[in-house]
Amino acid sequence: MNTPAPNPAKIIRPPSQWDKSLDRGFIWLTRFFALAIAGILLWIAVQVTIQAAPAIQSSGLGFIFESTWDPVKDQYGVLPQIYGTMVSALIALILAVPIGVGTALLLSENFLPLPIRTVMVFLVELLAAIPSVVYGLWGIFVLIPILKEVGGWLHSQLGWIPFFNTPLAGPGMLPAGVVLAIMILPIITAISRDSLISLPPELRQASLGLGATRWETIFQVLIPAAISGIVGAVMLALGRAMGETMAVTMLIGNANNINISILAPANTIASLLASQFAEASGLQISSLMYAALILFLLTLLVNVLAELIVQKVKRI
Amino acid sequence: MPESIPETANSTLTSGNLHRSLSPRTLFNEVMTALAFLCGALALIPLLAVLSYVAIQGFSSLNFSVFTELPPPPMSQGGGFGNAIAGTLIMVGIAAAIAVPVGVLAAIYLTEFSDPHTVRWIRFATNVLSGVPSIIAGVFAYGIVVLTFVGLKWGSYSPIAGGVALAVLMLPIIVRTTDESLQLVPSEMRQAAVGLGATKFQTVWGVVLPAALPAIVTGTTLAVARASGETAPLIFTALFSPFWPQIWPPQQFIAPTASLAVLVYNFAIVPFKNQQQLAWAASLILVLMVLLTSIISRWAIRQRS
Amino acid sequence: MSFSITTTEPQETVFSANDVKVYYGKFLALKGISIDIFKNSVTAFIGPSGCGKSTLLRCFNRLNDLIENFHLEGKIVYHHQNLYDPQVDPVEVRRRIGMVFQKPNPFPKSIYDNVAFGARINGYKGDMDELVEKSLRSAALWDEVKDKLKESGLALSGGQQQRLCIARAIAVQPDAILMDEPCSALDPISTLRVEELIHQLKERYSIIIVTHNMQQASRVADMTAFFNVEPTDKGGRMGYLVEYDRTEVIFQTPKQQATQEYVSGRFG
Repeated sequence: MNTPAPNPAKIIRPPSQWDKSLDRGFIWLTRFFALAIAGILLWIAVQVTIQAAPAIQSSGLGFIFESTWDPVKDQYGVLPQIYGTMVSALIALILAVPIGVGTALLLSENFLPLPIRTVMVFLVELLAAIPSVVYGLWGIFVLIPILKEVGGWLHSQLGWIPFFNTPLAGPGMLPAGVVLAIMILPIITAISRDSLISLPPELRQASLGLGATRWETIFQVLIPAAISGIVGAVMLALGRAMGETMAVTMLIGNANNINISILAPANTIASLLASQFAEASGLQISSLMYAALILFLLTLLVNVLAELIVQKVKRI
Repeated sequence: MPESIPETANSTLTSGNLHRSLSPRTLFNEVMTALAFLCGALALIPLLAVLSYVAIQGFSSLNFSVFTELPPPPMSQGGGFGNAIAGTLIMVGIAAAIAVPVGVLAAIYLTEFSDPHTVRWIRFATNVLSGVPSIIAGVFAYGIVVLTFVGLKWGSYSPIAGGVALAVLMLPIIVRTTDESLQLVPSEMRQAAVGLGATKFQTVWGVVLPAALPAIVTGTTLAVARASGETAPLIFTALFSPFWPQIWPPQQFIAPTASLAVLVYNFAIVPFKNQQQLAWAASLILVLMVLLTSIISRWAIRQRS
Repeated sequence: MSFSITTTEPQETVFSANDVKVYYGKFLALKGISIDIFKNSVTAFIGPSGCGKSTLLRCFNRLNDLIENFHLEGKIVYHHQNLYDPQVDPVEVRRRIGMVFQKPNPFPKSIYDNVAFGARINGYKGDMDELVEKSLRSAALWDEVKDKLKESGLALSGGQQQRLCIARAIAVQPDAILMDEPCSALDPISTLRVEELIHQLKERYSIIIVTHNMQQASRVADMTAFFNVEPTDKGGRMGYLVEYDRTEVIFQTPKQQATQEYVSGRFG
């Protein structure tokens, strides 16, 4: 078998001009799209501001402190919606932070055999995958009837507390807060758990080796060491709760006024947008865009802070 | 000589027994463990409650005609949401057609060509973008697509605008999953390709990308499934329609279009039983889609590792 | 298996392991270990890697309980109580039997809080400043850190961190201290300081040290146990105790061929 050696010149050739330009073009293309991602954030801000411009001119900063939303008189202010956004998110955090962090601890320690933990982690992830509108539908037909009982009890027993001084007629701040809690719980659990399981096992051993009980170890060593991850998780959840739209729109009652009672209907910026946009025109649309701009800036602030905290954790 | 150490409070070390006792410490430990289990249960109850209720209500209203018929008027029998399924498929398709190439190419830049500084900023921007409320994506697409079409007198609301809004939401997920899966490709593979004289394009296109492809497909599928459940952005961009979407001629394509998610929203807040039942059936389809893609992608990841 | 120890005087035992078998799932990892550990002495566990010396060490304070499929048969008696009696609370055990780990593992807290941690969780009511100072002095670290007690324990050098971990362990006044290759992550000078420290500490504590450094064993230990490993039928590896005696006997006139070969550096 004497095959002649192939002529090296035929196999090995330097990259042609075409190869080189393809290479360069490809790199530029990927660079363009990568920068486009950062660009989109900026574009969103610019776009929303342009659409809000007429309302910004007519209402100015007073928009934030004004509490009338009256399309008939063309008077717009979003104080109740900002209040509603904050309070519903706060209710959600009050419910979801302890449960979410507790679940993260349950799933990061060896309370349960590994296969069961893996399944539970997956189930908690699924909670985040269910569409918002499905939570809304479920909230209307299942959650509100249940909460009516709870709300009725709260009102009759604790009605002297301002937060419970109205009965729960149906939709309201509380149902919205509860469903938001369900929706942000997986974020809190997943990110807190990540930061807990990435702690070096030596820390746990050192603490147990000193005669600490499991929960002394958790509270005095593990949680302090993972605190930035947990805080970052809570911030991300806050951002999500503030921007969540459909489920809240369907459950909060869309009442454009401030009521101290969490059993009364209320509104958030996002649900104001969702419920009014279809029938809006003229200055009302622009005012909705102004509200959207405020929501965008609020969530941007929260998300940037959350990312900075989480990134700091990753770099250590 | 070591210093002598002051006696600690319970220094009955060698004499004391080691048995479990119901000291406050032990009690606290047991109570906290019970609380942790309670938290786990509280976290899973909503999932089971939502899934079981959607399944019961959904399956009982599901039949073949929901896939083929148009939404019924109030108080009448039958009907379906074939147009909403078609509309969702069209809009998710448009979104994927935009977001997949952009997202994958951007991720390639991040892992293959970029410097660490730029990478950090773009990853940061990606994460922030994924935190942008979905309704803002809708407002954005309304501004750049719907208003443009109005200006051009082509119409107003359209599945194109809906697709753009969903693309903005899918983009960060696709960038992140692609970025992660490209990073998992061993650098030896790249070195081997470069060592054979491949250009950067040939290395990435011929070696790195195929190696990461299964993970990219998984991530994209998840992003598509999530996007199909999005409602808020579509209210600003595609609205709803009781008719079938028209693909041809193009003037007819630029028209309000139905989607499963908006159908659920519209029919959930009406008092008519037949429309509510369709809302449950549509919810079931959305949930099944997310559920199945999540399970399959999880299974696929398991298989590979 | 029992060992006739070439000893001059009878000594008080702290631990007495009796036919201890360790399983991971179904696999036997350590077979039938019987060994007595004496009070106020330093006992070294030596042997090739994988022989189970660290595993055995962690049986003495029940730290292996953290491993999911760990299972132990036999008895480890500590002051007349079986450590593996179902009635026994592992937290109580670890409280009395301190541990120093291979890699220095200070908590991400201040130097002061690292030392005070154990005393605090145990409800120590006395003068915490005094306890911290004395513990740091005992660990020969006080002079180096007395001006920066509020700084993070992680800011110290590796050798200082390890001595901080020792201070942290002795602040809870344990009865015995287990050391799992405490010097393997340290430079030679830090190693020497920790070894000096071990010498001083044995006047108050009973110490077991796992080491793969035979010079270290011969320098610090009064008693030495040599472990070896053999393959099992099922393809696993199983550790066993070959010989246990006074250190000079193990290093100069061992009774077993394997010990002789190991200490003279012919294998392992």
